[in-house]
Amino acid sequence: MSPATTLYRGHEGMWMWVVHRTTGIAIFFFLLVHVLDTALVRVSPEAYNEVIGSYKTPLYAIIEAGLVAAIALHAFNGLRVIAVDRSTWALRHQRQLVWAVWIGFAILMLGFLPRHLMHAFGGA
Amino acid sequence: MTATAEAPAKAGAVPSMTVTLKILRFDPDGLDGREPGSEYWEEFTVEAHATDRVLDALHKIKWDIDGTLAFRRSCAHGVCGSDAMRINARNRLACKTLLKDLNPARPITVEPIKGLPVEKDLIVDMEPFFASYREIMPFLMTSGPTPERERLQSPEDRAKFDDTTKCILCAACTTSCPVFWTDGQYFGPQAIVGAHRFIFDSRDEGEWDRLEILNDKAGVWKCRTAFNCTEACPRGIEVTKAISEVKRALTTGTV
Ligand code: HEM
Ligand code: SF4
Ligand code: FES
Repeated sequence: MSPATTLYRGHEGMWMWVVHRTTGIAIFFFLLVHVLDTALVRVSPEAYNEVIGSYKTPLYAIIEAGLVAAIALHAFNGLRVIAVDRSTWALRHQRQLVWAVWIGFAILMLGFLPRHLMHAFGGA
Repeated sequence: MTATAEAPAKAGAVPSMTVTLKILRFDPDGLDGREPGSEYWEEFTVEAHATDRVLDALHKIKWDIDGTLAFRRSCAHGVCGSDAMRINARNRLACKTLLKDLNPARPITVEPIKGLPVEKDLIVDMEPFFASYREIMPFLMTSGPTPERERLQSPEDRAKFDDTTKCILCAACTTSCPVFWTDGQYFGPQAIVGAHRFIFDSRDEGEWDRLEILNDKAGVWKCRTAFNCTEACPRGIEVTKAISEVKRALTTGTV
C-alpha cells in the first residue's frame, strides 16, 4: 500500500557493491550447478555425456561468456575492495579505482570474447 | 565614470524563485478521512529566495500552508543534527542544503531517512540509532585516580581522532548504508565513528572493550565499503576511513 520511495542516489561505491554481490551470487549458483552436473559422472556416465554435450551449444557459449564476465568483474572489484581496506591512498581514490576496474574488465573481455565466440560459432 | 540610472538592481536584492517540494508523508492518526497509518506523496509549491535552504521551504509549508507537516529541527545551522532527511534521494541536512543547488526546476523530493521506523512525516524513531551509540560506550574510560589537572595529550595524538570528534549524531551516514537498510542489527557507521573517537584517544583506556564490541557479527565486519556514509556526512567526516582504521586495529591487534 505504501507508495514507491526513491532509489538512493549513491555514487560509484554503492553501485560497485551491488555489482559485487550480484556477480558473487551468480558465480556461486553457476558453480553449484556445475559441480552437481560434474558429479553426475559418478551416477550415470550417459547422462553426464548428454548434459556436458549441451555445453557445446551456442546458447551455452553465451552463458559461459557471461560467467567469465562475472568472474572478471568480481575479481577486479574484489582487488579494489581489498586495496580500499588496506591503504588510505586507495580509500581516498576509490572512485578512480572503479574506473580502473572497468578498464581492466574491458581489456580482458576484448581479449577473451573474440576467441571464445569464434571457437563457439566458428565451427572449430 | 558616472553611474547609470536605468533599472538599478536593488542593492542586496536576492532573486526569488518558485519551488515545488514533493514530500513523502506518513499519517499515523488518519486525519482528513485517511486510513490511520497511510503513506502518500504530497506536493507543495512555495516562493523562495535563492539563498533559502530546504529547511526554509519546509518552514513556509508548515507555517503558511499545512501546519500538520511534521519534521524535526532545532539549531537550523548544521550543529544539532536534528534534520537529516532524504532530499532528492540523498541523505542531507535540510538546514545545510540550498534550494538553488538542487535543480529547483523539478520538484524536490523530501523523504524521511531510511531504515528507522517512521513516526510521522519526516520524523523517525531515532532510538535504535542511539541504542547502537550507547553500546560502544561513548565516554572516557580510565583507571587509577583522577588527576588534579587536565589529562595532557600531544598534538599528534590529538590529530589521530580529530575527524571523528566532529560528529553531530544526525544519522545521515547510518541511514544511507545499504547494509543497515537490510540488517537492523548492524551498529551502523555512526556507532563506529563514535567508537573511533575514543579508541584512538591516547587518554582513554577502554579501547579493547570497544574493539571487542565492534568485532561482533553486528559490528565493523558488516561494512561493505559502499561509501554512502562518507558521501552523506554533513560534517565531512571520512566515515569509511574511520571504519577502516577500526578494522585494521582489529586485524593487527594494535591501536
Ligand atoms: C576470482 C577471485 C575472487 C576474488 C578476488 C574475490 C574477492 C572478494 C572479496 C574481496 C569479497 C568481499 C567484498 C566486501 O567485503 O565488500 C568477496 C565477496 C563475495 N564473493 Fe568473491 N572473490 C573471488 C571469487 C569468488 C567466487 C568464485 C565466488 C562464488 C563462488 C565469489 C562469491 C562471493 C560472494 C557471494 C561474496 C559476498 C558479496 C557480498 O557480501 O556483498 N567470489 N569476494
Ligand atoms: S558521522 Fe557524519 S553523518 Fe554520521 S551521524 Fe556523525 S555527523 Fe551525521
Ligand atoms: S537543524 Fe540543527 S543540524 Fe539542521
